[in-house]
Amino acid sequence: MAAHLKKRVYEEFTKVVQQQHEEISAKKLRLTKPSKSAALHVDLCKATSPADALQYLLQFARKPVEAESVEGVVRILLEHYYKENDASVRLKIASLLGLLSKTAGFSPDCIMDDAINTLQNEKSHQVLAQLLDTLLVIGMKLTENPAVRMRLLDVACKYLTDSSHGVRNKCLQLIGYLGSVEKGATKETESLVTKDVQKIIGDHFNDQDPRVRSAAIKAMLQLHERGLKLQQTIYSQACKLLSDDYEQVRSAAVQLIWVLSQLYPESIVPIPSSNEEIRLVDDAFGKICHMVSDGSWVVRVQAAKLLGSMQQVSSHFLEQTLDKKLMSDLRRKRTAHERAKELYSSGEFSSGRKWGDDAPKEEVDTGAVNLIESGACGAFVHGLEDEMYEVRIAAVEALCMLAQSSPSFAEKCLDFLVDMFNDEIEEVRLQSIHTMRKISNNITLREDQLDTVLAVLEDSSRDIREALHELLCCTNVSTKEGIHLALVELLKNLTKYPTDRESIWKCLKFLGSRHPTLVLPLVPELLSTHPFFDTPEPDMDDPAYIAVLVLIFNAAKTCPTMPALFSDHTFRHYAYLRDSLSHLVPPLRLPGRKLVSSPVSPSVTPHEDPSQQFLQQCLERVYNLQHLDPQSTQELLEFTIRDLQRLGELQSELAGVADFSAAYLRCQLLLIKALQEKLWNVAAPLYLKQNALASAAAKQIMEETYKMEFMYSGVENRQVVTIHHMRLQAKALQLIVTARTTRGVEPLFGMCENFLQEVDSFQRCFISELPHMQDSFVDKLLDLMPRLVTSKPSEAVKILQTTLRQSTFLHLPLPEQIHKATATIIEPAGESDNPLRFTSGLVVALDVDATLEHVQDPQSTVKVQVLYPDGQAQLIHPKPADFRNPGPGRHRLITQIYLSHTAWTEPCQIEVRLLLAYNSNRSKASTRLSKSTWIDSMEAVPPSEYGIEGTIPFSKSVKVYIMPKPARRALV
Amino acid sequence: MPEIKVTPLGAGQDVGRSCILVSIAGKNVMLDCGMHMGYNDDRRFPDFSYITQNGRLTDFLDCVIISHFHLDHCGALPYFSEMVGYDGPIYMTHPTKAICPILLEDYRKITVDKKGETNFFTSQMIKDCMKKVVAVHLHQTVQVDDELEIKAYYAGHVLGAAMFQIRVGSESVVYTGDYNMTPDRHLGAAWIDKCRPDLLISESTYATTIRDSKRCRERDFLKKVHETVERGGKVLIPVFALGRAQELCILLETFWERMNLKAPIYFSMGLTEKANHYYKLFITWTNQKIRKTFVQRNMFEFKHIKAFDRAFADNPGPMVVFATPGMLHAGQSLQIFRKWAGNEKNMVIMPGYCVQGTVGHKILSGQRKLEMEGRQILEVKMQVEYMSFSAHADAKGIMQLIRQAEPRSVLLVHGEAKKMEFLKQKIEQEFHVNCYMPANGETTTLFTSPNIPVDISLGLLKRETAIGLVPDSKKPKLMHGTLIMKDNSFRLVSPEQALKELGLGEHQLRFTCRVHIQDPRKEHEMVLRVYNHLKGILKDYSVQHLPDGSIMVESILIQATAQSEDQGTKVLLVSWTYQDEELGSYLTSLLKKGLPPTTT
Repeated sequence: MAAHLKKRVYEEFTKVVQQQHEEISAKKLRLTKPSKSAALHVDLCKATSPADALQYLLQFARKPVEAESVEGVVRILLEHYYKENDASVRLKIASLLGLLSKTAGFSPDCIMDDAINTLQNEKSHQVLAQLLDTLLVIGMKLTENPAVRMRLLDVACKYLTDSSHGVRNKCLQLIGYLGSVEKGATKETESLVTKDVQKIIGDHFNDQDPRVRSAAIKAMLQLHERGLKLQQTIYSQACKLLSDDYEQVRSAAVQLIWVLSQLYPESIVPIPSSNEEIRLVDDAFGKICHMVSDGSWVVRVQAAKLLGSMQQVSSHFLEQTLDKKLMSDLRRKRTAHERAKELYSSGEFSSGRKWGDDAPKEEVDTGAVNLIESGACGAFVHGLEDEMYEVRIAAVEALCMLAQSSPSFAEKCLDFLVDMFNDEIEEVRLQSIHTMRKISNNITLREDQLDTVLAVLEDSSRDIREALHELLCCTNVSTKEGIHLALVELLKNLTKYPTDRESIWKCLKFLGSRHPTLVLPLVPELLSTHPFFDTPEPDMDDPAYIAVLVLIFNAAKTCPTMPALFSDHTFRHYAYLRDSLSHLVPPLRLPGRKLVSSPVSPSVTPHEDPSQQFLQQCLERVYNLQHLDPQSTQELLEFTIRDLQRLGELQSELAGVADFSAAYLRCQLLLIKALQEKLWNVAAPLYLKQNALASAAAKQIMEETYKMEFMYSGVENRQVVTIHHMRLQAKALQLIVTARTTRGVEPLFGMCENFLQEVDSFQRCFISELPHMQDSFVDKLLDLMPRLVTSKPSEAVKILQTTLRQSTFLHLPLPEQIHKATATIIEPAGESDNPLRFTSGLVVALDVDATLEHVQDPQSTVKVQVLYPDGQAQLIHPKPADFRNPGPGRHRLITQIYLSHTAWTEPCQIEVRLLLAYNSNRSKASTRLSKSTWIDSMEAVPPSEYGIEGTIPFSKSVKVYIMPKPARRALV
Repeated sequence: MPEIKVTPLGAGQDVGRSCILVSIAGKNVMLDCGMHMGYNDDRRFPDFSYITQNGRLTDFLDCVIISHFHLDHCGALPYFSEMVGYDGPIYMTHPTKAICPILLEDYRKITVDKKGETNFFTSQMIKDCMKKVVAVHLHQTVQVDDELEIKAYYAGHVLGAAMFQIRVGSESVVYTGDYNMTPDRHLGAAWIDKCRPDLLISESTYATTIRDSKRCRERDFLKKVHETVERGGKVLIPVFALGRAQELCILLETFWERMNLKAPIYFSMGLTEKANHYYKLFITWTNQKIRKTFVQRNMFEFKHIKAFDRAFADNPGPMVVFATPGMLHAGQSLQIFRKWAGNEKNMVIMPGYCVQGTVGHKILSGQRKLEMEGRQILEVKMQVEYMSFSAHADAKGIMQLIRQAEPRSVLLVHGEAKKMEFLKQKIEQEFHVNCYMPANGETTTLFTSPNIPVDISLGLLKRETAIGLVPDSKKPKLMHGTLIMKDNSFRLVSPEQALKELGLGEHQLRFTCRVHIQDPRKEHEMVLRVYNHLKGILKDYSVQHLPDGSIMVESILIQATAQSEDQGTKVLLVSWTYQDEELGSYLTSLLKKGLPPTTT
């Protein structure tokens, strides 16, 4: 034992000696040079082999260097650079130089000369390339300085003749990033260089190395990105590159051609092998179309994507892309388009649908039949048939973009899009359905097309079906048979997939309102009315019947003759549905039926302004409060809150604003009530009851403020301040109440301190907003801050109390757009009387389907809560993939939750609801804070403020009847 | 002149019994070894006696390559290797090697057991034949011998179909076999890199067809089947056991699943199970969708498609039956066809190409009364539909492949002569390359100019490149050197080294030319005139007036001497080495024109 101890002592002793030794040497150097560099210098001096040195450099690279010491470090590195014989170490040093010049706050112009000098004697190509990379970094930091740029450009041009591709690559990159952009510069030399840069890069389009060729094209694209206008002469060069052997070159060339076609769409270029000329954009379009059948799928994706953005292309070129059979040159196109097309489809080439129609007949002007050159032909047909679904999706996207800008093209591409509905990959199907929806205002579906579209309704994927419903919402149908067909298919869908109910109803609503005249002749058949006989009254709860009614009522809105066809029970059903499904059934002006007409007339727009005004008036009324006596203040607040709530119910557009202000006023009301309590005048112990009321008020205000902060989207910083301010007041109230009820001073110390810290952090967060908060609680508090800090807790509480009572009511500025996050659980519907039975101890999956409105970042905030009858609660985090985003501000949660419980004797209801989780860490204010001051104040901030997490229930809870059965014992 | 010779023994201006002989740089390769569906006599196999009358085939052929397992590409293989006799290597891809023997066995059974032919290959022969097969992977370069190498590319068409590149030195030929440029429900599209072969031998089944988008075809097909089934009719789809059958199965299977249809789908038994087994195994050879989803569900595990029994054909009610073979020339499909042909509710869908002479071809060309065996007349009342599901490239696809590979010439096989003619014309017109379409037994010879690699000494290379301007590797460059051909190798060395190696002394060759000039003046005056004259003209060259009275233009020496007899005529001696021949002759011609009249 003793020996062991001795050994340890000895060990420690030697260790200490070593450290001291190191420190001494470091200290000696610190006198002349900054610390980092010194350490590095020592390390590098110690390095015996290149491998060692490399290790030191690697270690060094892991830690950041302060801006002040960068230059010193660079000097040391350079010193070693010249001494070093090993290329790999030089390479590392070169890369470190680049890394160091990136350091924020360091201006690398002082080391530029050195870096350029190192190039002179370098033999290794790799190191050269790395050094040029470093120069690029330096150049990027000094883009403002034209002299530096010129200098670097010279260097780059000099090394362009290097035999290594890596070096040439970097040179081209350097030229791309630093090549002069100012055109028409005052100095002659400047413009000369401008011209040179493009020529220099252009010369390397023919480099022997494909990597250099692609780097040259990329450099050219870089120039374009930096705002330099590329010359048109490059176009022919770029076209040649399209047939390069290497895919990265072709891919870049496609991009370059696209850029040029956007720059010079209207220039005229000659067609080789004929004396005709066409617009450049058309020519480029044809060339890019050609690349859609390239051998490499990367190029194909690239080409297909770019096609979408070439909207200036002539329409006859555009239409060719969908026609594979049309193989005509331009001359023929211009004359008799239709005749030519007929000639080809009937003549030489067979479609493959009929046997023997490909027997060669008399040859039609073979010169005109061109299988390859007219590249635009059938580009999309190829793209949509491609093997890789990436290409197909890109093609569909491009089709979408082009169709949006050209109605005639939209009409033509319809067939192809409809065909894509049968693609084997779901993603492609979905994409094409969405595309169709986007262009739907340009098109009218023919019956046969509609047929194919509707066939997809049977798809087993819910996403597909719903996308299709969305599509049908905005489709134009041409005939009444079409409408009928759609309805029949939708009803079929409804019976097959009852969960689609909501979506189908919505779809029919739009279908009805878009095609009132087409629905009209169908009405008797749909309602199965008969001129002579009374038909039985259909079942009101049948979803299919409701679906039919939704269609008819929406059509009737703009078709006043329709209600005449209704039978009596239809009117009754209308009244019922108008109440129960008011979002689907519009208000109708029915003849002789006053009772139905709603107080709000159907036209909404003229009413918008008055209600807005009303809202403003309500709020203004409140903001003049301080001059009233407390009693009437309370009354006024109560009235206003009530008004606002009612307004929110009536006007859905204003619901967010109204609720938001109402919540704020409620807080204020609670605060006033709490301060009105008599307990403040009486000795504390006597009024325990009231004091419970006051602390409850404080708690409630806190809750409300959290709701206000996290449940509304569109809340701006100004509102956040006001909300936080309210919360601060609530905390003050809490402190005062506790101070009055607790005996002894010790617990108060902590509380006071916490409170003061919170005031402090409030001030830090919202320093910019403070001037707006004259006379408010916090304003006064900050004035009293020195006193508060020094005084005893009891005194501090007293000060607080008076401040709180004297402070004025802060106005809540209303944001432009504010929406309350809401959630509706569609499924489970909570109507079922049949309990969900499962064996206890095992798991049952419950499908949950909910729509979320105005929830930001639902993936991380929305949770599902299950409450069991025994009070046990379970919180479930849905997977991010369970959220879909069907429209802006809307989300849909479709998930499965797993339930389990021990056996029950009776079936019982559990509650399912959605919660919005919040974390004050994530709040806007604290992110601001953490950004600005994370270095110095992180430790000082109390963790309590940052750890507050909570949940807000934001949907109605749904009851589900479940019954865990006891497990049946199997015979052993 | 090196040449590549191509002789089709089958498939020349014809479809069936593909068999093409290629001689390239002294190597003989046989591409495919198929049988013909239309014949039942000797003509069904290629005429191997063309290769050699009495010697062993092994001595004449370096290797045999089979592109895919269709019988018209591999049907004659056991006959060729076992009965005619060939022991060399046979190359095919792994799936082909796996599936080929099944089909051969099936073919043998039908020929021997059903038709009772004798003198046909036996099961053992198939086995022995398969032992000679070497399996290759895609994009794997296989060295057949020191010089000959082959490489397989994906061809679509059927599982395991491949295109082969055959290369000897810098000469190469690509044989496409059958290929498909549009992907389908279970296979991807053919792909080849820009290998720039000297010759591309392409199939041309659909030389004059440009097919509609495959989606229209699929939709039409499904619609027809669906309608017939809803009417209560029966649908017969004659297919070959492998290939289109699987695609159509996947198509119908997914459709049945989506539309929730109940009518049974059958597939003729036997071959199918085995075949589907291989499709399940060779997932890497299928298309993107199947490759990506097979972890969840292998697409070839059908839910709705069941095995067919002979008795089912008489069952009432609708059904869909896939039966072999595909051209209705024999077997189960023909039997079922005879049973169902009389009912107009039924339908037969021919999903592919039918060779002339088969029942399939007859009904497609509109015959409604067929003469069957035994003078029986069969009236066809059922609907006959044709859907081109053949996985061959169409005209545009063929052009696309040519564009991808960039061959120096094209040769068309596996198609009808008239259609080929059209395509040939198109190819020549658009790619400006020669295109051939030999008939069976006709030899096409094309001359190649292969590159001959020559070693060059580094010193010479550096010296020569230093002379010119900036080196530009893309442009050809002229250089001076000595070519030494020795021991089957070529070397380019500097003249000095060549002399040294050969042990010869250097000789200098000088041309000397006399130019007579009429000039009465003194010699040195005249020299000065010549000097000034040359200086004025040859601005780019160095022209020197040497102190001994001669002029140097670069390395060409000009001296003036006076003619002894006639003082008025001066003789200029122009002398140059043979390296400066160009400049030297230019100078002489210049001087022969005489000097310009002097101003003084």
